[in-house]
Amino acid sequence: MSLAEITPLSAPRVELKSLDTLWFQVGGTVCNLACTHCFVSCSPTNHTHEAMPLAEVRRYLDEAARLGVREYYFTGGEPFLNPEMEAILAATLEVGPATVLTNGLLLDPARCARLEALADAADYSLDFRVSLDGWDAASNDPIRGEGTFEKILAGIRNLHAAGLNPVITVTEVCEGAAGDEGKERFFTLLRSLGIGRPRLKILPVFRIGAETERGGAYESWQRLREGEVADGALDHLQCSSCRMVTDQGVWVCPILVNEPEAKMGETLADTLGDFPLEHPACWTCHVYGVSCRT
Amino acid sequence: MSYRPPKDLDEQERQARAKLTAHRGMATWGEKLVPLAVFRQAAARKGLKLPREERESAVLAYTAGLDDPTPVEGPYSRIAVFGGVYSNHLALLELLEDAARRGAEAVYCLGDLGAFGPNPEKVRPLLAQGEVLAIQGNYEESLASGREDCNCGYTDPRDNHFAEISYRYTERNCSPDFKAWMGTLPRRRRVRVGERELLLVHGSPRRVNEFLFHSTAPVPFLEVLLDQSRCDGILATHTGLHWHRRLPSGRDVVNVGVIGRPANDGQTHVWYSMLEAREEGLGVELVPLAYNHAGLAAEMRSEGLPEEFVETILTGWWTTCLEILPARERAASRF
Repeated sequence: MSLAEITPLSAPRVELKSLDTLWFQVGGTVCNLACTHCFVSCSPTNHTHEAMPLAEVRRYLDEAARLGVREYYFTGGEPFLNPEMEAILAATLEVGPATVLTNGLLLDPARCARLEALADAADYSLDFRVSLDGWDAASNDPIRGEGTFEKILAGIRNLHAAGLNPVITVTEVCEGAAGDEGKERFFTLLRSLGIGRPRLKILPVFRIGAETERGGAYESWQRLREGEVADGALDHLQCSSCRMVTDQGVWVCPILVNEPEAKMGETLADTLGDFPLEHPACWTCHVYGVSCRT
Repeated sequence: MSYRPPKDLDEQERQARAKLTAHRGMATWGEKLVPLAVFRQAAARKGLKLPREERESAVLAYTAGLDDPTPVEGPYSRIAVFGGVYSNHLALLELLEDAARRGAEAVYCLGDLGAFGPNPEKVRPLLAQGEVLAIQGNYEESLASGREDCNCGYTDPRDNHFAEISYRYTERNCSPDFKAWMGTLPRRRRVRVGERELLLVHGSPRRVNEFLFHSTAPVPFLEVLLDQSRCDGILATHTGLHWHRRLPSGRDVVNVGVIGRPANDGQTHVWYSMLEAREEGLGVELVPLAYNHAGLAAEMRSEGLPEEFVETILTGWWTTCLEILPARERAASRF
């Protein structure tokens, strides 16, 4: 179901309270994996959004600095498929803290050493999130692809060995991950890699993109309607403090980049207005209190 | 980067896999596959494309100063500012003496009187005795309004677990009268030191529980915050870690630190700040403060507070509420 096909309802509108977090779809929708639950359906052949060159990122960083953006996040696809990714991080760290969301497959020891040097030289934090969807190959690989569990673990190990302790991001596709027992299994796994201070973030599933084939699409009642949402209850939504830049302009948030209707403008200045929460994914953010931030 | 489908799947799963990568020349629009050009053209038509002058005025409107009726106090030539007492009455006693020794004309507290430490009521007479001018932190807001939690702003369950223990203890051990008094405190103050007008807040000018850590409070962000706040400097606390940035505009942002627990650096002392009018502008001194930390630890134990809290007081390393730390601050942490 695309936004264009949804019968318009009177949806609440969320105001941009402050532009604190700027996301970059820096890897486009191109990925070296094709996970079964990917809400943007990234794959080796998905060029819906292309990787962003450094010069384009810089243009947005300049505008973001004028607007006082607090922090920058980079995602894809796989950001490290972007050949300029490390230069992009170096440029970003001159104006603010940066976090990269990666699948971990391209984190060899040499790259991790370079990333550590970047982090060390910067005045601001450089952080990493590595996606993992199970505590062993049997639970992870059916979702992220055969052989990925071992490769992801190798990437995590390399980051940690370089002195960078990533946040492990798990979606609730991994059954039981959100419960105490599930979390403990991830902590145990990470400790077994020698990570004494494991960091973990659990995310709910967005029933869009590839996930609709795996887990099913949204039900028609899973929508936000004006009047059903209390005043002030929208302030916690990420879209009240973020925007997402892709090679094709500025979108409202990281979730809806495959919806042209969620594009808000060409520059950040175009996107300082409000946005209607019409998409069922907005329901997930509201009900689960989701933030894509760490 | 070639994608190899898994081997041992049945035909149905193989087809599902194939579909996952069947994007050559196609774009994903919602759940539909459409030719790339169709998506790109649709995207190109959407969103605003403001003319250049409208973009400029949108940015100026966004960064413009906001009206703030808060009266301006002072001017002073020298003030002491601290935050996060966390019921550490022994450190507060020491601070009042130290600030007087250093010639502070006024002493300001940026909130969070309770949490973490023992016997919150012991703080109140000291505040009165030192004529401390305070604002509400998230603790005062929560205690005065009967909120169920401290509204510290943590996002990780491990942080929230210990935050809840602190809040329950403080809530139980504060008199209704003390809580009501907390609710009478202003949420911000404006204070003139020399020529400089400083805005005193708990978290940030925008939110009582916003975390301004050094590694995640970048210069461009702080410059805009100062523009919007119409002041020459911002003094905040809330994170528990002290720092000072002199900005390219010559203005200052200071996290004045907390006197309730040490700064996660393996030292047992705590931190506060002295602000002083100088010819070249604002003088900022971050001041380490030693106090009877062993006495506090003993009192915490006798109150049955968690041993994790006591360990922090005795070692200078945080053992709880660590997940909120940015990567840089966490890397410098022992736990």
